[in-house]
Amino acid sequence: MSDVPRIVSSRWDVPDAHTLDGYRASGGYEGYAGLRAALATSPREVADVVKEATLLGRGGAGFPAGVKWGFCPPGVWPRYIVVNGDESEPGTYKDRVLMERDPHQLIEGCLIAAYAIGAAQVFLYVRGEMAHAQERIAAALNEAYAANLVGRNICGTDFSVDIVLHWGAGAYIVGEETALIESLEGNRGMPRLKPPFFPAAKGLYMKPTIVNNVETLSNLPWILCNGSDAYKEIGSDTSPGTRLVAVSGHVKKPGVFEIPQGVTTYRDLFYDDRYGGGIRDDNELKAFIPGGGSAPWFFPEQLDMALEGRPVGAAGSMLGSGAIVVMDETTDMVKACLRLVRFFARESCGKCTPCREGTSWEEKILQRIYDGHGRPSDVDALLDVADNISPGPYPVAAWEAEGLAAVPFPPKQTTICPLGPSSVAPITSALRRFRPEFEARITRGNSIPLEAAHG
Amino acid sequence: MAEKPPPIEVTDPVTITLDGTPVQVQRGDLLIDAAERAGTYIPRFCYHSRMNPVGMCRMCLVEVDAGRGPSLQPSCMLECSPDMVVVTDSDLVKKVQEGVLEYLLLNHPLDCPVCDKGGECPLQDHTMAYGPGESRWLEEKRHYAKPVAISETVYLDRERCILCDRCTRFAKEVAGDPLIHFMDRGAATQVNTFPDDPFASYFSGNTVQICPVGALTAKPYRFKARPWDLSEVESTCTGCSVGCRIAVQSSRNEVLRYMGVDSPPVNWGWVCDKGRFSFEAVGGNRRLTEPQVRKGDVLVAARWSDALDAAAAALRGDPSRIAVLGGARLTNEAAFAWARLTKGVIGTDNVDAQLGDGLPAELLLSLPAATIDQTCEPGGTILYLGPDPKEELPVLFLRLKHAVLEDRARLFELAPADTGLTRYATRSLRYVPGAAAAAVAGLLAGGELGDGPIRVVLGRASVAESAATIVDAAMVLVGSGREVTFLPALRRANVAGAIDMGLSPALLPGRQKLSAGNASLGWPKLPAEGGLDATGILQAAADGHIDTLVLLGADPLADFPDRALAERALTTARTVISLDTFGNDSNRHADVVLAAAGFAEVSGTTTNLEGRVTALEAKVTPPGTARADWSIANEIAERLGTEFPELSPADLTAEIARVAPSHAAVTSAALDAAPDGIVVGAMPLTYEAPEPTHVPAVDSYSLRLVAGRSLYGTGTVLAHCPSSAPLAKPSVLRLAPAEAARLGLPDGGRVRVVSNDRSFVCDAAPDPGVPEGIAAMYLDGSASGPTAIIDAAAAVTEVRVEAGS
Repeated sequence: MSDVPRIVSSRWDVPDAHTLDGYRASGGYEGYAGLRAALATSPREVADVVKEATLLGRGGAGFPAGVKWGFCPPGVWPRYIVVNGDESEPGTYKDRVLMERDPHQLIEGCLIAAYAIGAAQVFLYVRGEMAHAQERIAAALNEAYAANLVGRNICGTDFSVDIVLHWGAGAYIVGEETALIESLEGNRGMPRLKPPFFPAAKGLYMKPTIVNNVETLSNLPWILCNGSDAYKEIGSDTSPGTRLVAVSGHVKKPGVFEIPQGVTTYRDLFYDDRYGGGIRDDNELKAFIPGGGSAPWFFPEQLDMALEGRPVGAAGSMLGSGAIVVMDETTDMVKACLRLVRFFARESCGKCTPCREGTSWEEKILQRIYDGHGRPSDVDALLDVADNISPGPYPVAAWEAEGLAAVPFPPKQTTICPLGPSSVAPITSALRRFRPEFEARITRGNSIPLEAAHG
Repeated sequence: MAEKPPPIEVTDPVTITLDGTPVQVQRGDLLIDAAERAGTYIPRFCYHSRMNPVGMCRMCLVEVDAGRGPSLQPSCMLECSPDMVVVTDSDLVKKVQEGVLEYLLLNHPLDCPVCDKGGECPLQDHTMAYGPGESRWLEEKRHYAKPVAISETVYLDRERCILCDRCTRFAKEVAGDPLIHFMDRGAATQVNTFPDDPFASYFSGNTVQICPVGALTAKPYRFKARPWDLSEVESTCTGCSVGCRIAVQSSRNEVLRYMGVDSPPVNWGWVCDKGRFSFEAVGGNRRLTEPQVRKGDVLVAARWSDALDAAAAALRGDPSRIAVLGGARLTNEAAFAWARLTKGVIGTDNVDAQLGDGLPAELLLSLPAATIDQTCEPGGTILYLGPDPKEELPVLFLRLKHAVLEDRARLFELAPADTGLTRYATRSLRYVPGAAAAAVAGLLAGGELGDGPIRVVLGRASVAESAATIVDAAMVLVGSGREVTFLPALRRANVAGAIDMGLSPALLPGRQKLSAGNASLGWPKLPAEGGLDATGILQAAADGHIDTLVLLGADPLADFPDRALAERALTTARTVISLDTFGNDSNRHADVVLAAAGFAEVSGTTTNLEGRVTALEAKVTPPGTARADWSIANEIAERLGTEFPELSPADLTAEIARVAPSHAAVTSAALDAAPDGIVVGAMPLTYEAPEPTHVPAVDSYSLRLVAGRSLYGTGTVLAHCPSSAPLAKPSVLRLAPAEAARLGLPDGGRVRVVSNDRSFVCDAAPDPGVPEGIAAMYLDGSASGPTAIIDAAAAVTEVRVEAGS
């Protein structure tokens, strides 16, 4: 793996990297060197380095972090940084590993970001189910406080910031930044409408708030140590650096891999021995989800695409949170679709009518089809129910054999946040490509292929 | 729907294109309101113009192009900006509306035939206007236990609920009582209360009114009528002096419901529960339905002519030995007729509409006035010195709370103990009863009030400290050299109107002094000199100087602060005449009881605490042979030799406009044109400030009594409302925890409260909101409450509290 640059996962093989001593001792530079480098310059210069590096957000939307930081209205204080550690997109588990294996790298990233934007406080919101990550971060924070790396007059400078660890209560929707802010404020985790509630302007307690993903912030120490030019040498021109991808499903070696952005293709990820190592039982690939459960599906035609935001979006899906789910030829598409839709129905926060009622309706129809009680009208009803959540053509990959063109990402929506429209992704993807499987369930009450039952 | 966006003044016009037509709107106004003002109604469920938008029902989505191509936007959260192009009826918008309605109906039980809301239901109406016409739903609907009583008066049906967040938002944001919440999530989301924590809000009834489906229903109205069988008139609630506008709805001559009407200067559509559900008393089966005359020890039914003859006979004697108490329940017209009878025909000035628990009328008329809107002005400074507004003037409390939380007003509260307002106050200062003037002076000197105008809400936090101490505080403000205006916080419904009509010593109708006279009145006579106020009247009666005492809807035994004095007065006076709608403690002593028509049975006008005159409309006929108060006055006048020509309240309204200078503009035609009412002219009287009251020094032995009113204390009307009456709780003595501990009762217990030679026994409870040195208790009108020990002549009431009974 020596030819693959490792930025955020460089210490994953070091057994005690999660301790301050381990963090300091390991890696190519001394621990917290990035922070010291930042403190030696002005906040503005730090922000400029990050902007120059074109560090794209790793939470899903892929927005440049440096640009996002610049959206804080000038002269409005206090400002906050909120770390989105509520990783819960189906298939995604990269942030969990980052938090468990290298919490100090994240803390250092938080401090650099707080210094750059002048944040008074950092709130680290960790998903409720990730008990181990919470413990590791809590322990790391205690060490960092004791070492005067967090708190008052950090490293003897006049820079002071507190980091508050907050444990979520187990709701997928809280991964959406405005819902996360509501949850932090002590309310039900329900998204706010943007506009007017763009967090950078009106966020936590209606103050400017930057919400960054765990992986995004974990890149900062490396960038500050090595500079933006070094960062841009990795990856492609428009998507510099590396990114973590979590590959799961029907590959021989599922796992989290750090890959250079815009270079590695899906074929590499699934078949290369450094990554997935091939499809399970050497079966044929049937479909794959390129960017978490919310992403429209890709098919073998898209295997040679590199993982890069813009082309993947144009091809009808998204890189999202870097979760890739592989489905081989034995997969029951009705069941796969039902499984994903059920997730969104269960996780709908209940705020917007179309999502609250629509996703559970979709689930009920799919469940009925799966149970063998479908009606011929169900397929069109399903598509129209979905259309009322996400009106108009829904993003979907091209199907050259049928002469169907791709519909680019993102979809339209009648809801505040993308959760409802996300439930449409599996429906549109599966029905466009595998409609006969659904019809077979409805008319014959069984699945194609039959062996899917044990998939 | 009756809900309309409140009117706004367009100060910063921008042009938007609405369905192809350019319209001028206010910059920053919400699109949903701007469109409605321009004549285009955008359907909605969650949006309510008196609450912050949440944009969650998605019914108001429209296509908007603000420069970056058309997109679907919730019009309830979008502020108008220049050159916005809005399409409210495109195919896409219609598809989305159909979709939302189909979704909302999926799990809705469609039990419209037995739903109270059926016929006035936004979900029904929108389904008719924008809905898909049929459902494709084949699955089982959601089921919940129903209905669930979430409070004494409100029932919840979660199957009907469409989760619009209106009730929950109202409870949290408007009422400040976050007791109902969303629970669970996704399709299992439901509205509910926490166990053992009912929706015990003084404002819960508003959620029933704003619920866009029949999910919340009011116990007093459930299954009483179909909306299309109701007819309504707009009127003003006379439960207190705020004067909330309401619609009085009846069917088959029975009042069945009050609904809040959005009066922008007053109540914004909100009504307190006590007011909303007080309609139950109107048709109550214990109303006085016929006159009664005392025969020996008992009151027996009489013919009107006999009762009126008896009353007139008792009013023929020496005018100085005749007195009239009360009148704040009356309409302005009846108050005028009674002032005319008393002062112009009988010739006595012993008249007082207040019952020793208010402030001197001449002081009130001398103070520069502030309306509610002026008091609650955005960014303004409010000084609150009065009763707990949440308990006594609930909707004024909502307005003050809104001013602080939403409009950046700074509110300074001076109170002897915590009130409902305390948690919203910028600063809440405690003063020892008797020391209000010093507290005001201290606050002024401290500079915290800033340099701008000060709006003072002025009333009496406690009837156990004399009005004179509050007068002193008012005079400090008047003499401060600052720009100070006042909003009187007197509780009784039409006390301001009664004073304006001359039901107060030394005054004539139209805010005129008796000493100045008024030639245009044309009354046969006028009292030669000023008479007694309520305390003076009761003292004189107790001393045997009053032969005939008229109770104009007054119950001094329950309401006068000094019950012992009231009792002696009622038993000593030779003849007591009572005009009332219900029997009460006081009129059991009466010799003549005249059955009066009550609210919703007589038309006329009423005046709220701002001096705002609004129209009252009769909706049903009075029970039995009960008569309007004004016509009883005229009947008695006729028996005393003076005939007045009026045939209706409108004739009296015209007469008032003719003779009362302050009311010259208040004509029936003007009121028809101004449903929000007319604020009567500010023409301050001169007021000679009395010498500052001598208040005894605080001793370390006694506690000072604070006696205010609670919303559900006792009250005749409340007692006759079967749904609300159970909310009345026995009053307890509230002590600072340290005081309670000193008594050996850290968790409360039975105590005897002693003041001079009087005492009563009650339960005491520790309350951290009460400072040390204070004993606080709500009046409960009973013989074993604070009025048992308050001395009307004392400046403050010092008490000793002893454990045990």
